[in-house]
Amino acid sequence: MKLELCKINIKSVKWGVSTEVLKDGTLQVSKEELLAFVADDENLKSVKLDIALPGESVRIVPVKDAIQPRYKIEGEGQVFPGMVSDVESVGSGKTLVLDGAAVVTCGRIVGFQEGIVDMSGKGAEYTPFSKTCNVVLVFEPKEGVEVYAYEKACRLAGLKAAMYLAKRVYESGGVSDKTETYEIASFAESMKSYAGLPKVAYLYMLQTQGLLHDTYVYGIDAKKILPTILHPNETMDGAIVSGNCVSACDKNSTYVHQNNPVIKSLYERNGKDINFIGVIITNENVTLADKKRSSAFAVKIATMFGVDGLVISEEGFGNPDADLIMNCHRAEAAGIKTVLITDEYAGRDGASQSLADAAVEANAVVTAGNANMIVTLPPMERVIGFTEYANVIAGGFDGSLKPDGSIEVELQAITGATCELGFNKLGAETW
Amino acid sequence: MTYKIVHYINQFFAGIGGEEKADFRPESREGAVGPGIAFKAVFGKEAEIVGTVICGDGYFAENMDEASEKVLKMIAAFNPDAVIAGPAFNAGRYGTACGAVSDAVGKKLGIPVVTGMYPENPGVDMYSKDIYIIKTSDSARGIKDAVPAMAKFIMKALKGGSVGSPAEDGYIERGIRVNCFHEKIGAVRAVDMLIKKLNGEEFTTEYPMPVFDRVPPAEPIKDMKNALIALVTSGGIVPKGNPDRIEASSASKYGTYSIAGVKSADEVAYATAHGGYDPTYANSDPNRVLPVDVLREMESSGEFKKLYDYFFSTVGNGTSVASAKKFGAEIGARLKKDGVDAVILTST
Repeated sequence: MKLELCKINIKSVKWGVSTEVLKDGTLQVSKEELLAFVADDENLKSVKLDIALPGESVRIVPVKDAIQPRYKIEGEGQVFPGMVSDVESVGSGKTLVLDGAAVVTCGRIVGFQEGIVDMSGKGAEYTPFSKTCNVVLVFEPKEGVEVYAYEKACRLAGLKAAMYLAKRVYESGGVSDKTETYEIASFAESMKSYAGLPKVAYLYMLQTQGLLHDTYVYGIDAKKILPTILHPNETMDGAIVSGNCVSACDKNSTYVHQNNPVIKSLYERNGKDINFIGVIITNENVTLADKKRSSAFAVKIATMFGVDGLVISEEGFGNPDADLIMNCHRAEAAGIKTVLITDEYAGRDGASQSLADAAVEANAVVTAGNANMIVTLPPMERVIGFTEYANVIAGGFDGSLKPDGSIEVELQAITGATCELGFNKLGAETW
Repeated sequence: MTYKIVHYINQFFAGIGGEEKADFRPESREGAVGPGIAFKAVFGKEAEIVGTVICGDGYFAENMDEASEKVLKMIAAFNPDAVIAGPAFNAGRYGTACGAVSDAVGKKLGIPVVTGMYPENPGVDMYSKDIYIIKTSDSARGIKDAVPAMAKFIMKALKGGSVGSPAEDGYIERGIRVNCFHEKIGAVRAVDMLIKKLNGEEFTTEYPMPVFDRVPPAEPIKDMKNALIALVTSGGIVPKGNPDRIEASSASKYGTYSIAGVKSADEVAYATAHGGYDPTYANSDPNRVLPVDVLREMESSGEFKKLYDYFFSTVGNGTSVASAKKFGAEIGARLKKDGVDAVILTST
């Protein structure tokens, strides 16, 4: 299966009469067109649009999701299958990517807490979305709409906006600046061509604890799946989308699923150091029986493929630590070597045990940093969204929002700060 | 300005004597003594060793609270800006004393303090989380490296500099997780690590999993009829009145009590010091936790030869692994020395 990502470098975003990429790399967006496309009169009272650019004194809060604008221009299916497109399999052909741009959704989802994205200052060092040119969608629910329906409406509106922007750019004749090709051959074929190289798969753990802790695969709530195998390219076309953002630091937004750095990194070493077999997705359900079933099933798939090594990435912390360690333990017991990617909750002073579970076999761990670390985010000139939510955001605490507009929070509150797909350079060491 | 520093050393480094003088009581002297001379040379005009406090290692170990308090008073009397202790290299009791003194100085005087030890010194296990211990070699031969490293650390602290990483500042890891930025993103680091692991090359995990100390069980007793059996408990059973004042939680000590001739750990003579469980049933019949009565019956019927004359007791309630490990090692050594064949460990 071969997928070409045709990337247009987006350097800025501005409003205009039409949606297209200008010569200088600015994504011009027709506000009216976009609003008309994402409108959902049944669930949303209002959708407001805004722009947040790297370096600006802007804070977006509370952030629900970030999505990269993509549109399939050749090949089967369309981006975000089962969500805003048909359920055809994706991952082959050509996909247009507005590289450097993101749709960021922001909503007052009552009773739940989401993340913070600062476009400059201390917070910007930690979130990946301070580096993207963001089209921000701010939602307000229609009165009487229950929270799950509202959450879904916000989720779908973000995906629609991202698909729409790339689609309009394609239709207006946008030309890609570079093309990246991703291909792995059929299993039978790659076994022959890379004989002798260790076979490696990626065990991709998806957050599925319910209540804004969900992930969707081809439109199916991943709580309800048995672990299965994906071609890595499917993720690039949005086969996996985010439905979660609580303790936003280590929840995978749709953007990082689309740009999964583990997959990219495995591709880079494929045929040289490893034989990249594919992606096994599994979930992180809350009951022990579910954990055992998924863990056993996922490792069984790896064993059936005769895999020598697994990269295992976690999503979230605490309860999912048990899934992570169980997956590691079972894989190592089956003779498969593992590397885990996690983050840490070592306390604000860094002195506590970082994970809720441990195993001696987990001797190769990459950490995305201690999420309990306190950061002070300076006041911003402009706030998109609802800043009074700083106190109730996970990682915030009573008095987080200071009179001068600065916010003292744990890293936990910053969207994508300790992403366990290994998206960032942040880590932790022992002092 | 010249900073005022007080130096803590043991009887050996003060030139008073070796093991035979280990009971030397705390003493305060003006100026630098022993290794203090080397520190003086490194400090130059920046700092001065205004006084030296000396204590015998044996005395300190046997009277920790009292010795610690006396030493602290003597240190405080010099009104110093900072304190250095040791270095203790691999001397266990000296390391423990340096650790205790440094910990007390940091907590009670609130001034910069540093000590130096070999990483395997038991003082490291006990104090590395609370204080800064410069990594030294295992013997006094390492003094020429230890002195400048300790001096550099304390001068930095005196000048208000913040402490850097263990690699930068030469101290032994304190187990604190600190965020840092790597050159490569996490995913690339993970794939690099996996390839190394697959190829059998060396790799370093970024999060060493907490180590659980597992002790393989000893061989079963072959000749029970001739066995000497001992009782050890973390259930806090002590002679009534708790003579050693073992803490109800986070115990810092254990007690050794004779049961020679005792037929039963009854409620008249024994009670629990444990604060972590409902003591009603233990106190109404302490044999429930420390089964002296049943063991005496078995002893007289010849099922085993003899119940050891002492029992050891501590409180396993919020007690740190480091303390428990220390108690265990000491109790084990004593039992082994006295030829005990097997131990019944009771917990609650």
